[in-house]
Amino acid sequence: MGGLRYIDGVATLELDAEKCNGCMLCTMVCPHAVFVVEDRVARIADKDACMECGACARNCAQGAIALTPGVGCAAAIINGWIHGTEPSCDCG
Amino acid sequence: MTECCGPSQPCCGGTPSDYDYGPEPFVSGEVDTFAGPVPRVSTELTDCDAAGMRRVRLGIRRSHYRVRPGLYAIGSPDDTSPVLVTGNYKLTFDVVRSALRSRDVWLLVVDSRGINVWCAAGKGTFSTAEVVRAVRDARLEQVVSHNRLVLPQLAATGVAGHEVRARSGFSVVWGPVRIADAAEFLGSGMKASPGMRRVEFALRERAKLVGVELSVLWRRETLIGVALFVAAAVLLALFAPDALPPVLLAAAALVLGVVAGAAVVPLLLPWLPGRAFSLKGAIAGTLLVAPLLAAGIAEQPAPLWAWGALLGGVTVASYLAMNFTGSSTYTSPSGVEWEMRRAIPLQLVGAVAGVGLFAAGLIAG
Repeated sequence: MGGLRYIDGVATLELDAEKCNGCMLCTMVCPHAVFVVEDRVARIADKDACMECGACARNCAQGAIALTPGVGCAAAIINGWIHGTEPSCDCG
Repeated sequence: MTECCGPSQPCCGGTPSDYDYGPEPFVSGEVDTFAGPVPRVSTELTDCDAAGMRRVRLGIRRSHYRVRPGLYAIGSPDDTSPVLVTGNYKLTFDVVRSALRSRDVWLLVVDSRGINVWCAAGKGTFSTAEVVRAVRDARLEQVVSHNRLVLPQLAATGVAGHEVRARSGFSVVWGPVRIADAAEFLGSGMKASPGMRRVEFALRERAKLVGVELSVLWRRETLIGVALFVAAAVLLALFAPDALPPVLLAAAALVLGVVAGAAVVPLLLPWLPGRAFSLKGAIAGTLLVAPLLAAGIAEQPAPLWAWGALLGGVTVASYLAMNFTGSSTYTSPSGVEWEMRRAIPLQLVGAVAGVGLFAAGLIAG
């Protein structure tokens, strides 16, 4: 990422290694290489790189990954505040 | 703009089925299948495609740049050819078909409501249900003899591969992030290298976003504001000529603030200090607006109104830079909210103090 990192210590990502079956899908869908799989069990290697897109949790058939997914977009969050809804982009 | 560059569109409300997708000049022939003829698309982009790309990159009618969802052929695919899935934003469609030149593949276009794959997956329009629907509508099981779909990795935010398999019978292979890597991916037995799975945010990619970020300048509200401002400046020049130079300088400071937040921050993102976008914006704003005011004001020390103009420009830059989080590829919602809870109160203080100092300086001046 050419040194581009965002705010540390805020990501909501959690992994329950007990449920993991080592299928590797989280390592395939994560755009920021947050997970590694060692000895057939996934581990969070770089939690602060997580952008909470939710791809890992959606594709974990074991339900081992938990997070609050969403779009990291100030305009969307402001929209949510104004309309009292979930954050949402106004575009479509 | 000629007709081939885009249909004239009613606004957003139209349901997908009655959306007017307009002419399809990129279709060149058909491929026969057991499910009927499938349109073959050209892999060469035309001047019209280039003009359309320039338009949407300036943020003009970007949500009405769509192709009809459904199955397309690239080259001369047969029942063993891979099926690649993408969204129906025409910019995406164009990039995909030109990257797959000289290959024989099926391209299944999902109705992502004209939104790029990643954003559509994030907002739920590129979803498990849409992929299953597209497979069914195309009668894909009659077109190919295998049961594999190659989805772009960034669709994984909205699509659960195991659910697609359970509901459609087709299993999902996650392709690379960038379509430019698709040829290598397909050629290597559908194996993606770690680099193909990483999202970058290189200068080239950031530069493409500047037009859309700056499009705040040519929105109708802005143009009305500019017209009102010009009228006010003319009146000022007639009745209070002394106030005209400060007002013009303050307006220039605000415009430079927009440029700092919407263009300088995207371009210089890795080199501006701090991690919060609002901080990067405030720094870029100071770097642009302060020299302008220093050059435009002869008095020493600087008058009060100049500090107000500086504060206004810096605040605008900070706010617009903060909104660039939505276009970036690595900001988490938790992080953006963390940043906003700290930055927005400061931006409010900056805006109120900026206007206050400017007005007080002019009245006292």
